[in-house]
Amino acid sequence: MADVVRGQFDRRVNRRRLYGQIFHALCLISILIGLGMLALLLVDIFLDGWRRVNWEFLTSFPSRKPEQAGIQAALFGSIYVIALAGALAFTLGVAAAIYLEEYASRNWVAKVIQINIANLAGVPSIVYGILGLEIFVRYLALGKSVLAGSFTLALLVLPIVIIASEEAIRAVPPSIREGGYALGATRWQTIWRLVLPQAFPGILTGVILAVSRAIGETAPLIVMGALTFVPFTPDGPMSRFTVLPIQIFNWVSRPQEGFHEAAAAGIIVLLVVLLSMNALAVLLRNRFQRRLEG
Amino acid sequence: MAGPETTVHDSFADAFAAANATSRWKKYLPERIIKAVLFVCAIASIFTTVGIVSVLIFEAALFFQEVTIWEFLTNTKWTPLFASKNFGILPLVTGTLLTSIGAMFVALPLGLMSAIYLSEYAPEVVRQIVKPILEILAGIPTVVYGYFALLFITPILRAINDDISVFNGLSASLVMGIMILPMVSSLSEDAMRSVPRSLREGAYALGATKLEVSTRVVFPAALSGIVAAFILATSRAIGETMIVTIAAGQNPTFTLNPFVPIETMTAYIVQVSLGDTPTGTLEFKTIFAVGLSLFVITLAMNLLSQFIVRRFREVYE
Repeated sequence: MADVVRGQFDRRVNRRRLYGQIFHALCLISILIGLGMLALLLVDIFLDGWRRVNWEFLTSFPSRKPEQAGIQAALFGSIYVIALAGALAFTLGVAAAIYLEEYASRNWVAKVIQINIANLAGVPSIVYGILGLEIFVRYLALGKSVLAGSFTLALLVLPIVIIASEEAIRAVPPSIREGGYALGATRWQTIWRLVLPQAFPGILTGVILAVSRAIGETAPLIVMGALTFVPFTPDGPMSRFTVLPIQIFNWVSRPQEGFHEAAAAGIIVLLVVLLSMNALAVLLRNRFQRRLEG
Repeated sequence: MAGPETTVHDSFADAFAAANATSRWKKYLPERIIKAVLFVCAIASIFTTVGIVSVLIFEAALFFQEVTIWEFLTNTKWTPLFASKNFGILPLVTGTLLTSIGAMFVALPLGLMSAIYLSEYAPEVVRQIVKPILEILAGIPTVVYGYFALLFITPILRAINDDISVFNGLSASLVMGIMILPMVSSLSEDAMRSVPRSLREGAYALGATKLEVSTRVVFPAALSGIVAAFILATSRAIGETMIVTIAAGQNPTFTLNPFVPIETMTAYIVQVSLGDTPTGTLEFKTIFAVGLSLFVITLAMNLLSQFIVRRFREVYE
């Protein structure tokens, strides 16, 4: 009798262990599928486009002939728009984070702003394009310019900057501020000389992530009215423009193989810029963490 | 009342106080200005929301003066750019539903299993390496996924089954699923890792296997966070634009067939923006009505997700 029970028990345990192993394997396979797709995507694009990535490609304007088409206009457009949008989002976002963390951390205005930021982060980016078109392009009469584009993108990434900066500021221990106050420093002196330098690496990481998000955005700028065929580099903030992702989109949508190759080459340039920015952000974060621990 | 000495003393004190007040005033005036400036920056985000809502409502109201809300919500044809115009948003809604539900079919199981692996099975070293790599997937621009869907996945699908058109919902769904996978896995993993060790150890002490601990202890305890992650990811898929614009087509069809060209709400907005529709016309105003619908749907889902986290979160001491 005891043997029968024991046999049954052992069989069940073995079966449960087997299920466990199968499940473990399935979980591993799931994550490998994700990683595999990433590898596949990168390899596919590299193979499609590496032949076109050269100096000529970077310094030519788009053309009707795919083999002569280049990304100079798009590259400069992206640099102008992102530099302006990044500067704007950085200033506005850090200022907002300082107010929320240091001045108004517990009143109802701060609460409303916090809820609002959380919801703004979930608004589809294309809706920001509609906002940019109506407010910046038409109402403020900026036209479909670099300036209007950067305002649109700045608003889009503002929640990312604010949330990251808030976390960085919150991580500065209160004792630092109390030390400042004890020496007779005013609130702003304490924030400017003591809190911000400590929080800066964290803030910078957030800004880099926000900028790398902005670099890849296509839809809001299309809706706002950026051009798709630009044979000139923008000559100022009021100039019309295109950006790299829009140029890539334009080439993908054409039927000719040659343009697909150009699109892949454009993607390689875009991804190199993005991945190096992400690496920079990770590097900064690691240094920052080590300094806090040490 | 007072002798000469006191008068001297008082006036001295007064002067001192006055000087002190001036210096305090001088010292604190910049403080007040700075605080005011920071406040203005903080409410810029409120202005953004007000801007979005008022632009959408104002322009959509102009649209609904010419097209009834009833027609907009029930007509099954969407042909505002044709000679015979129909303004029924349903084809765009089914297009959006098809691609986002399809994406969730990919992202939900893969993302959840990846999260279980990272949270319950993976050694710390593996987790530290795999997680940032998976996050790269979330950082890749959507136009790149669009390229991958149209020029890599679609040809493979068409080789398997030649009923599939060049533009189809299936390819866009599959690739969009990969795109939102990191979001599902990272948020679900956070939820599972916040389940206290003691719960797992209790189950192990009772002789449970890792599978049983993961699926019957950790998963239910983290359920609110996981559901919230799914809703957020779905909302992200609904608002996604470039993948569906490039790979799913621009052909508003009232269908749930994943093999034929369709059009989503977002792709329609891009189509009108790229075309030469003059601003101010009824055709152009459609993008605000579609944009408003998109905004309302995603906002409702985001609020629902926040509500679930707040209301159903298990709190452990």
